[in-house]
Amino acid sequence: MKKIITLLCTLVFVMFNPVLANESSTQGGVYDYPIDNPLAATVIGTPNEYAALLPKDIPRKAMKLVVFPDREIKKFIANKALNYTLVSQKKAAPLIFSIAGTGAGHRSAKMRLLEKAFFQAGFHVVSLPSPTYANFIVTASTTQVPGHIVQDSADLYRVMELIKEQIQDRVQVTDFNVVGYSLGGAQAAFVTKLDEERGTFNFKKALMINPPVNLFNSVSILDEMLEENIPGGLNNFNAFFDEMMTEFSHHYSRSENVNFNGDFLYRVYKNKQQKVNLSRVAATVGLSFRIASSNMIFTSDVVTNGGYILPKNHELGRIESTTNYFKVSGRISFTDYYNERFLPFFMARNQGLTSDKLLDDLSLKSIADYLRTSDKIAVVHNEDDFILAPGEIDFFRDVFQSRAHIYPKGGHCGNIAYKDNINYMVNYFEKQGLTYEW
Amino acid sequence: MSGNSYFIRKMVLAVAMVSVLQLTACSAIPEKQVGEQPAQHSIESVVRDDITYAIDVYDPLEGFNRGMYRFNAGFDHYIFLPVVGAYEWVMPNFAEEGVSNFFNNLFEITNLTNSIFQLKPKATIETTERIIINTTIGIVGLFDVATRMGIYEHQEDFGQTLGHYGMGNGPFIVLPILGPSNLRDTTGIIVDSVVMSSIDPLNLDEHSERELAYYLLNAIDERHNNGFRYYDSGSPFEYELIRKLYTEKRKLDIAR
Repeated sequence: MKKIITLLCTLVFVMFNPVLANESSTQGGVYDYPIDNPLAATVIGTPNEYAALLPKDIPRKAMKLVVFPDREIKKFIANKALNYTLVSQKKAAPLIFSIAGTGAGHRSAKMRLLEKAFFQAGFHVVSLPSPTYANFIVTASTTQVPGHIVQDSADLYRVMELIKEQIQDRVQVTDFNVVGYSLGGAQAAFVTKLDEERGTFNFKKALMINPPVNLFNSVSILDEMLEENIPGGLNNFNAFFDEMMTEFSHHYSRSENVNFNGDFLYRVYKNKQQKVNLSRVAATVGLSFRIASSNMIFTSDVVTNGGYILPKNHELGRIESTTNYFKVSGRISFTDYYNERFLPFFMARNQGLTSDKLLDDLSLKSIADYLRTSDKIAVVHNEDDFILAPGEIDFFRDVFQSRAHIYPKGGHCGNIAYKDNINYMVNYFEKQGLTYEW
Repeated sequence: MSGNSYFIRKMVLAVAMVSVLQLTACSAIPEKQVGEQPAQHSIESVVRDDITYAIDVYDPLEGFNRGMYRFNAGFDHYIFLPVVGAYEWVMPNFAEEGVSNFFNNLFEITNLTNSIFQLKPKATIETTERIIINTTIGIVGLFDVATRMGIYEHQEDFGQTLGHYGMGNGPFIVLPILGPSNLRDTTGIIVDSVVMSSIDPLNLDEHSERELAYYLLNAIDERHNNGFRYYDSGSPFEYELIRKLYTEKRKLDIAR
């Protein structure tokens, strides 16, 4: 079963890792992250021998939070409260709120990695699921129509406030900070900006790891990675999948010590670097995104009775088959969701809202002035992160100047566990209260 | 014979439980409800008969299986994980590892018998070496010395043996507590248990007082080593995803 789950992790829930960069980031030497191809980096991650040394296990507390006491949770939904993780020091210490990437929960591999890195450095850590994760949509989202970064960030902020109250008796906090990877990185910026108005936390530092600039651009790129890399289109997905598994089986049968993890994939990659089928890797990345977006879209549809995939007024039973709904969801791109569900929903709520205006609101550019002048926010990114449209990486250079740390490679979050990256992130938060110099 | 009789009692109990749940489980097929209106992207307009969908797995007992999946998730949450948590709190890490190594070494017997059944000489020889090395130098299996020497485990079971000789999956089945399986692999589990209890390496036959401790510790150790958490995927389609991944993983293991 353990291996099944790891297979699941490697093949399907290869969620997005963050990336950092700037030529200046190679201070005192060469940046030695070993995987040059951004897609391969994203899927494989950081091979063990290159990863930062972190504790094998740390004390984690599984926490539950009721955000809307009056909200009735549908019987189909298994988890009735918001789940998050608390990792606490025994003494007073600064706390870091950590926000997961698209579709990822508070226990995703990257969240656990960040918990270890920051706990080891002496921080309390509170790990939060992404507002696009089903459990958040069901229990903590105001609209339950996720993807609106301003709205989702406000929901995150409310959750953080409630958590602050919930843990105040058991954890002594000196300062608050926030970090997020991928979409969670962009949300970290919006959360920090919101805090300037509300003032609950007065965040000391915020760090964005491989954030998108424009959410819509990034999801369009990921949609295309799936749709354009399956020969014959999605109707042929089964044949594509069988072929991929046959090749995987070939490597699996020949491997001596078999553990499905990044290291296994890295060995395969190293052995046949010349022949890696990149369009297949691209499709795998696209597939993991499509599954995440299917989860999000269907969950939202069920809890809002939206009539989008599930028939309107149909109450899903506890043991009712959802397989056919999965097949339908799998054919809906994020762009479809945006046009058919998301845009009409927000237009109905805001007189005079146009698609262009909404798209602008979903972009970091809408808060560029704040980001330009706020010394407490920094970004780490990768030059070759493919979720950015051409030229978007320069937005970070331009706006963040010396607060942008851009690594030459790593794809989308593939290098997040690499030792330089971990050191950099930890150092950034450790310099509490000091002027941060790069 | 108390080892076998204990085993038989367990099986009878499991079968009884399965039958009860089977009777109470409803159908998984969605039925049209009062006031229902067609969805914007309806199943009828998207899903086609002439396409094979990767997510489909033969699952005639889906309603029962989904009920069992929910039951397992509840059992895990309220009983299994708290017990495992207490175990992890009490035991130092090196002791936990010792326990895992001990059970792994014990169940090398299953790897060995099935390597022989499948006529795999390399697996048979290496598994034998592993048992000898780990039982002696590794002090009754508490240390996995063999892996450190570069002799790796060959995981084989009777489900794989049946698959090796061409038997198909049969219907998907979610077993009580054990989780996802299918008819072939469930048969495999039963055969492996019978073989194990007839070899009876711990002499449970003559020391029935050890039996309970053995089964409990084995179960706790297995759960301790398994990072899976129900509903962690955050997917409303977790059941479908697990069903598919289980099927694919077994296919990989059989081909190996």
